[in-house]
Amino acid sequence: MLENLDALMLARIQFAFTVSFHFFFPAFSIGLASYLAVLEGLWLKTGKSVYLDLFKYWIKIFAIAFAMGVVSGIVMSYQFGTNWSVFSDVAGPVIGPLMAYEVLTAFFLEAGFLGVMLFGMNKVGKKLHFAATLMVALGTFVSAFWILSVNSWMHTPTGHILGANGQFMPGESWWDIVFNPSFPYRLVHTVMAAYLTTAFVVGAVGAWHLLKDRASPHARTMFSMAMWMAAIVTPLQIFAGDMHGLNTLEHQPQKVMAMEGHFDSHPEGAPLILFGIPDSETKTVRYSIEIPKASSLILKHDLNAPMAGLDTIPDDEEPPVEVVFWSFRIMVGIGFAMLGVGLWSLWGRVRGRLYDMPWLHRAAVVMGPSGFAAVLAGWITTEVGRQPYVVYGLLRTADAASPLDAPAVAASLLAFVLVYFAVFGIGIWYILKLMGKAPHAGEYGVKRGDVGPIRTAGITPGPSQNPGQDDTWPGDNQANRHGEREDA
Amino acid sequence: MDLTVIWAFIIAFAVFAYVVMDGFDLGIGILFPTFAVGRERDRAMNSIAPVWDGNETWLVLGGGGLFAAFPLAYAVILPATYPLIIAMLLGLVFRGVAFEFRWRDPSHRAFWDGAFTGGSLVAALAQGMTLGALLQGIEVDGRAYAGSWFDWLTPYTLLTGLGTVAGYALLGSTWLIWKLDGDEQAHARKLAVRSAAATIVLMGAVSVYNITLNPEYAAHWLAAPQIYWVAPVPIVTAIIAISMVRAITRDRNSKPFWLAIALFFLGMSGLGVTIWPYVVPPGVTIWDAAAPESSQIFMLVGVAITMPLIIAYTIWAYWVFRGKVADEGYH
Ligand code: HDD
Ligand code: HEM
Ligand code: HEM
Repeated sequence: MLENLDALMLARIQFAFTVSFHFFFPAFSIGLASYLAVLEGLWLKTGKSVYLDLFKYWIKIFAIAFAMGVVSGIVMSYQFGTNWSVFSDVAGPVIGPLMAYEVLTAFFLEAGFLGVMLFGMNKVGKKLHFAATLMVALGTFVSAFWILSVNSWMHTPTGHILGANGQFMPGESWWDIVFNPSFPYRLVHTVMAAYLTTAFVVGAVGAWHLLKDRASPHARTMFSMAMWMAAIVTPLQIFAGDMHGLNTLEHQPQKVMAMEGHFDSHPEGAPLILFGIPDSETKTVRYSIEIPKASSLILKHDLNAPMAGLDTIPDDEEPPVEVVFWSFRIMVGIGFAMLGVGLWSLWGRVRGRLYDMPWLHRAAVVMGPSGFAAVLAGWITTEVGRQPYVVYGLLRTADAASPLDAPAVAASLLAFVLVYFAVFGIGIWYILKLMGKAPHAGEYGVKRGDVGPIRTAGITPGPSQNPGQDDTWPGDNQANRHGEREDA
Repeated sequence: MDLTVIWAFIIAFAVFAYVVMDGFDLGIGILFPTFAVGRERDRAMNSIAPVWDGNETWLVLGGGGLFAAFPLAYAVILPATYPLIIAMLLGLVFRGVAFEFRWRDPSHRAFWDGAFTGGSLVAALAQGMTLGALLQGIEVDGRAYAGSWFDWLTPYTLLTGLGTVAGYALLGSTWLIWKLDGDEQAHARKLAVRSAAATIVLMGAVSVYNITLNPEYAAHWLAAPQIYWVAPVPIVTAIIAISMVRAITRDRNSKPFWLAIALFFLGMSGLGVTIWPYVVPPGVTIWDAAAPESSQIFMLVGVAITMPLIIAYTIWAYWVFRGKVADEGYH
């Protein structure tokens, strides 16, 4: 591997590293933005303070995660040009407009209403504030829509023509480009993944506090909401994943061959390899545990359907089998573990003991980060399985890179690694610290510091602007506010 | 007017909006160490906390718009200024997270304040130097950057970098005159006077240098008949600069800030006159780099529909947080 560490390889590592870090935050904040909207909506509807408390508890975490999502996202939008300039030039006329739409319809929406969502409740009133929260949540979804359309086009390019200057040009209809064949599957699967990721984080935090205080109404509410998501969305996600796989089989067969570890063709029904160690040198899967003919059953709905293997693909078109094979199993394994937790919680509900099952709570804590792992594994499957192409079948990754010298790329990669681990590591630590504190009645919103004035600008003088006081929320009782300091 | 020209103006508008709006955020970051720890720093930070994210989004529109409307320019400029872009992005990472982190961890507030300043300074310098690197010309071969990886570092680009830092400090300090009062406003005034002086001197120097860079640039300004059209630009600039300095020392509200923006507007227009019709001087015009017409139309529809909405809710968000930043204690 080391002898391949040229500018191209470094650029690939840099892209994979920065996009993986970036996606960590959207995977969480897409779901969390919706969760916050639900909490605020429930509060407005029922007037129950537990929802408001939870809203204020999670919005602090959201503010940090969102800031990290934004700064890491800006890096992404410039990476295309810095490291993949040939790709940018060639594919720009097709995917550039989609990304421009993302900025216009999603990023501005999120960013424009974020300030009001975080700091503006006292200034605009409950209804408008709720509208701002909804806009932020909508923005995160629209963002996923466009960027996944771009990414899907790179997997299943349709609707373009080849220009005389070598550029891909839009063809007859933008519709064909935006709604390319893999896009609906990828959108559904990824957005549900984001919801599950958030649900398992919320569930883990709820479970953690239940383990300490079984009676806490806040912990109970969180935990119960999260477990409903787990129980309902996980089966849907598994179904969507299956559909996605069938779609991939149709459009990118060698990716599925790599996921399945099928080096050889199976004219009479292919086995499902549960585990094993694929080896692309010898083109075999060692120590494999297989279910005969099951792969044909899943993918073709026929035990004896013939399945082509990687032996039908020229060697220089083969994706790296090991990575794809393993990352796919990690994702699917986590998917079934999530399903297990969801079913367990249903069982607990049926028995009316959802809050009295410490082992379920412990399991939920352990599963807290599982969504992130599944999301990452899923993306690695998808992206590595597309290799050696960056625009599938049309533009090779090796031909897409910028004319840069290896030391330049190496230096920037090193800088990204150091800065990201340090800065985002610390940010995640702050988030964990906030999660470690139990939510309580009279929770603060995004309050600024102990000594300074709160982080708002306003003209109304009076109590709402007391230093050290949270003016984000009307209707808090004064005694409560003066008694406590959030950062203590 | 053809679509390519319209797109050139749209991108120029996005860049201008970014420079002005994130300019005052970055300027506050640059000036941050001169503010007293505690109330003054907190108020300065609070004045931009609800809006910085929206401001920064214009950078994404500028970059994303360039990618979409002039893909070739995007593909040439970014590799040519690679270290600057990476430095800017990392600077923006530190600057962006500092907004949240400094409140989360009071015992390391000094560190995150440092990150806020360092990130802002690096980003501003890198942006200015990128502009300089573009103006001084980029070597292109076929459809790719053909220079070496230090072409962007020259005395000229250092000058444009410093000019940008000074200009952002001017925007930041005039913003604070508007948003603060009392001693803190007086301090902002003092900073604004100094930044104004530095900005005017550096702007002048860059303008003169521009004319010597490239005979074509000189022709844009000095040859007849253009000279009759462009001669008022420096004159108007001088008038605005003078009234701005007067406002800085007298006005208690937004006037200095608006005049600083006008100064930036003239500066940007001047650059437009200089560089036109190239997007990557000396060889690539906007028409060479433009995306095909169907891409331009598709996006233009999007811009026409969304831009008025974006501008409307952005103004609303500023309006919600209008007025002086919360200050005096109540007890
Ligand atoms: C808009 C497009 C886009 C999106 C949304 C993603 N990627 Fe991607 N990815 C690319 C566009 C791309 C690319 C530009 O096309 C790369 C760069 C080089 C390459 O081969 O494809 C790539 C490569 C790439 C590689 C390296 C593969 C290799 O070179 O063998 C990995 C591991 C990932 N990506 C992982 C991810 C993850 C974890 C993502 C989301 C969370 C993700 N990608 C989203
Ligand atoms: C290479 C691909 C990507 C690029 C270039 C990119 C670009 C960006 C940029 C520039 C921002 C900051 C926007 C702002 O200023 O507010 C951002 C944030 C965001 N991105 Fe990405 N992004 C990519 C991948 C993804 C994917 C795959 C998703 C979701 C499926 C996604 C969802 C989001 C969301 C929801 C935000 C808002 C911030 C947050 O929630 O953390 N992005 N992205
Ligand atoms: C257990 C059942 C699951 C199956 C059968 C499944 C199937 C798949 C398949 C086949 C792909 C590759 C798509 C391609 O070829 O491009 C994929 C990608 C992906 N998976 Fe799953 N998946 C499952 C569970 C999960 C879970 C639980 C998560 C996250 C919580 C997840 C997140 C993702 C993501 C983020 C991607 C990449 C985006 C995409 O291409 O859709 N998956 N999944």
